[in-house]
Amino acid sequence: MEEVIKDIIIKENEDYIINMGPQHPSTHGVLRFEVCLVGETVKYLIPHCGYIHRGIEKMCEKDTYQQIIHLTDRMDYLSAHINNEAVCLCVENALQVQVPERVVYIRTILSELSRIASHQLWWAAFGMDMGALTTFFYGLRDREKILDIFEESFGSRLLHSFNTPGGLMHDIHPNFQNGIKEFIKYFRKKLPEYDQLLTNNVIFKERSIGLGVLSKEDAISFGITGPSGRASGFACDIRKRFPYSAYDKVQFNEILFNEGDTFHRYKARIEEMKESMNILEQLVDNIPAGDYTAKLKPIIKLPVGEYYQRVEAARGELGVYIISDGNKNPLRVKFRTPNFSNLFIMNKLAAGSKIADLVAISGSLDLVIPDIDR
Amino acid sequence: MSFSIYDFTSLTQSVDQALKNSLSPTWALIIEMVIVGLIFLMFYALLGLFLVYAERKICAFIQNRLGPNRVGPLGLFQTIADLIKLLMKELIYIKQADKLLFNLAPFIVIIASFMAIAAIPFAKGLHAIDLNIGIFYIMAVSSLGVVGILLAGWSSNSKYSLIGAMRSGAQIISYELSVGLSLLSIVIFSGTMQISGIVESQADAWWIIKGHIPAIIAFLIFLIASTAETNRGPFDLAEAESELTAGFHTEYSGIKFAFFFLAEYMNMFIVAAIATTVFLGGWMPFHIPGLLSFNTVMDYIPPVVWFMGKTAFIIFIMMWFKWTFPRLRIDQLLKLEWKYLLPLNLINILVIAFVVLMGWYLH
Amino acid sequence: MTNEDLKLKISSQVPDAEFSENKQFTEALIPHLSLHKLALWLKNDPETRFDYLFCLTGVDYGSELAVVYHLNSTSHKHDLVLKVKTNNRENPSFDTVCDIWRTAEYFEREVFDLFGIRFNNHPDMRRLFLDDDWKGFPLRKDYTDEHTIERK
Repeated sequence: MEEVIKDIIIKENEDYIINMGPQHPSTHGVLRFEVCLVGETVKYLIPHCGYIHRGIEKMCEKDTYQQIIHLTDRMDYLSAHINNEAVCLCVENALQVQVPERVVYIRTILSELSRIASHQLWWAAFGMDMGALTTFFYGLRDREKILDIFEESFGSRLLHSFNTPGGLMHDIHPNFQNGIKEFIKYFRKKLPEYDQLLTNNVIFKERSIGLGVLSKEDAISFGITGPSGRASGFACDIRKRFPYSAYDKVQFNEILFNEGDTFHRYKARIEEMKESMNILEQLVDNIPAGDYTAKLKPIIKLPVGEYYQRVEAARGELGVYIISDGNKNPLRVKFRTPNFSNLFIMNKLAAGSKIADLVAISGSLDLVIPDIDR
Repeated sequence: MSFSIYDFTSLTQSVDQALKNSLSPTWALIIEMVIVGLIFLMFYALLGLFLVYAERKICAFIQNRLGPNRVGPLGLFQTIADLIKLLMKELIYIKQADKLLFNLAPFIVIIASFMAIAAIPFAKGLHAIDLNIGIFYIMAVSSLGVVGILLAGWSSNSKYSLIGAMRSGAQIISYELSVGLSLLSIVIFSGTMQISGIVESQADAWWIIKGHIPAIIAFLIFLIASTAETNRGPFDLAEAESELTAGFHTEYSGIKFAFFFLAEYMNMFIVAAIATTVFLGGWMPFHIPGLLSFNTVMDYIPPVVWFMGKTAFIIFIMMWFKWTFPRLRIDQLLKLEWKYLLPLNLINILVIAFVVLMGWYLH
Repeated sequence: MTNEDLKLKISSQVPDAEFSENKQFTEALIPHLSLHKLALWLKNDPETRFDYLFCLTGVDYGSELAVVYHLNSTSHKHDLVLKVKTNNRENPSFDTVCDIWRTAEYFEREVFDLFGIRFNNHPDMRRLFLDDDWKGFPLRKDYTDEHTIERK
C-alpha cells in the first residue's frame, strides 16, 4: 500500500448518529448523510446514495443512440444540454461525421447558457443553505430569463433534448440571438447584486473563508472536477485541456484559485458566469448559416470499438464511454458523472466542522443527486 | 366619566371606582383582572394575525414578490385562513415522546410572552401593572420562554429537536446578559426601574437623544441581542431550517405549532415595545427642546399612535435583518456575545455611570 | 512522451501486456495480478505520472468480465487506458487501486454493486446503489429477474 488511508471511518456503538436525508432541506434531493456528532461537531459522515438509482446505464443498453439522448437529460437535469452534447459528440466521433459549423456554434452557445442557468440556481440554493433566504428569489429571477430563451427555441424549459446525433432537432428561433444579447445586457447589470447581497456580507465571509479546505493533491486524487476542483488549483477545465465544439475558436480564461476553501469554490462559480458571458458574446453574432443537422441514417450503428468523450458539464468533467459491438444498441454505456466523484470528498472536508459547516460545504460542492445515482 | 385619547388615567380610574362602589374590593380586583386578561387576549390574537401578515408582505417586498394577495383585499385575510387551517390540522402525537412535557411546552412559551406584555405601557394610563421594578420583571419573565423551548426539544425525543433546543438554550442564556446590561444602562440614566418613571423621564427628549453616544451603543446592542433572544434570523439557529429542518418544533403540528409560531411574533413585538419604551421614549411624542410650536404639533398625535409607530419601526428593522443576512454558526454566535457585545456593554455601563456622575447628558 | 515510448515503458514493467490502439487512447490489456504494481508505478514514475483516474468502468463482454481504467496525467497531459479481464464469472476479483487514486474507492463499489466484481484490500466493499439484500448483479448480460421486461 502506498499511503495509509487516514480518514477511514471507525464506527462505535455510542456514536450519536443523525440521518440527514433522504428528505432534508439541505441535500437538494434524495441523498442521505449518516452523520455522527459530538455535540455540534461532525465526527464523520457516510453518504448513502441510490435512492433515485434508475439504472440509466442498463436502459441505454436496450436503446438506440437517439433514444439515449433522452435519458442523459435526466442525469444532471440542470446541465441537461451539456449531457446531450457529450453523447452526440461521442457518437459523431465514432461515425466520423462532420457536423455543420452552425450546429457547433449553437451547441456551444447552449452549453454556456446552461452553465449560467445552472450556476444561478446553485447560487440561489447556496444562499438558502447559509440561511440567507432572499438569494433564492434573486437567483431564480435571473434564471427565468435563460429559461425563456430555451422555451422560445426548443419548446421546453428544463429538459430540452435539443441535440441529436448529427446535429439539432430543428433550427433555432429567429429571435434567439436577440434574446441572448438582451440577457447578457440584463445579467451584467444584475450580477453585482449577487455580490452586494451575499459575497460581501460579513457573516457570509466569516462562515465560508477557510472552511473545508481541499488541497490540490486531494482534488486530483479524489477526482474533484469543475469549479470545485478549480478552486483548489486543479486545472481541469475540459474546454481548455481538450477543446471540443467551438471552444477552440473563443478566448476565455480558466478560473483558477489556490485556496480551495468554500469561499473560493463560491467565487469560482461567480467568475465562471462572467466568463460564460464573454464566450456567449464572442459566438452569438457569428453563428454561420447552413444546415441544422448532418444527414445520418435513421438507424445508427457504431463501428465495433470503444469510444470516450469528455465535456465540461456545469459541475465538472462528464465522460461518456460507449462500447459498441456493431449493433444498433451499445454493448455498454458508462457515464462518468462529475457529481459522483465530487460527493465522496464530503467526509474528508466536513469531519471536524460544525453541522452548519457541513451544510455549507455540501452546498459549495453543488451536488445534483440524480447525477450521482443515475 | 371623562375620556381622552391623550390620557387614559381618568378612564381606568373611573372604571375602577365604579367597580369598587358596587362590589367588594376582592371581587372588583378579580373582575378587573378578567377584563384586562380578555383585552390582552384579543389584542394578542389580532396582533399575531397582523404581524404574520406584515412579515409576509415585507419579506415579499424584499424578495421581489407580491406576497399574499388572494384572500380578501390585499390578502389581508390570508393569516385568518392560515389560522383556520392550523386549527383543523391533526395533532400528531409521538409515541416515544414525554406526553406531559410535550404538551406543556407550547403553553410555557406562550405564557412567558403573555406575561411580559403586561408590563408595557401603551399610552398614559394604559398600563396593566406598573411595578416599581418593571424592568427587572420584564427581564425575568422574558427569559422563561427558553424553558418551554428546551422542554419542547427534549420531550420530542427527536435528535433534530434536541440539537435545536440546546442551541436555543446556549443562545438565550448568553444574550440575556447583553439585553439586561443594555437595559440597565438606561436605568442608570433615568434613576428608576419603574417603567412609567422611565417613560416620564423622556418627556423632554428620548434617552437615545439625551444619552447620545453611550445610549446609542446600548440601543444597538439591545437591538442585536434582542433579535438573538427572539430566535429570529440571522440568529435563528434553534430553527435553522436548512440544517435542522425546523429545530425544536420539528415534531409539533397543528395548533401547537401555531403556538410556537405566534409566540415568536409576540416576542418580537414585546422586544420592540421594550426598545421603544426604554430608548425611544415610549408613548412620548418627539420633542425638540426649545421649538415650542413644533412640540405642540407633535403633541396632537395620540400617544398610542406614537407607541405603535415606533414599535412597528423596530419590528420592521428586525424583519429586514432576517430576510437579508445569512445565518451565523453556533460558535460565531457565542463569540459575538462573549467576546464583543458583553465587554463592550460592560465598558459602556462604566462610561454611562461616569457620564451620569458628571452630568454630561441633556437634562 | 509518445505512445510508443509509453508502450515500451509499460512492457518493461509488465512483459505480457497487450496493446491496442484506437483514435483516442493507447490501450493496454494487462494480466490482473500485475495491476496494482503497474498502477503504482505509473503514478509514481516521473515520466508517466498518471495522477488522475478519471473513469473506472466495469464491462461485461459476454464471456468475460473486465474493468477499464482511464488514466490521465495532469502534468504531462497524456492519457492511458488500462484494462484487466477475467473469465471467472462466479467469483471475479481484482486488486483495488483505491489506495493509489482515492476516487477509485467509490467507482469500485459501484462496479461491485452492478457487476459483482470484488476488489481485494478494498476498505469498504459494500453495495453502493442497490439494497444490501439485492440478488444478482444487474449490469451483467446474463442478469434476469421477474421484473425484467423484454422489448421485442
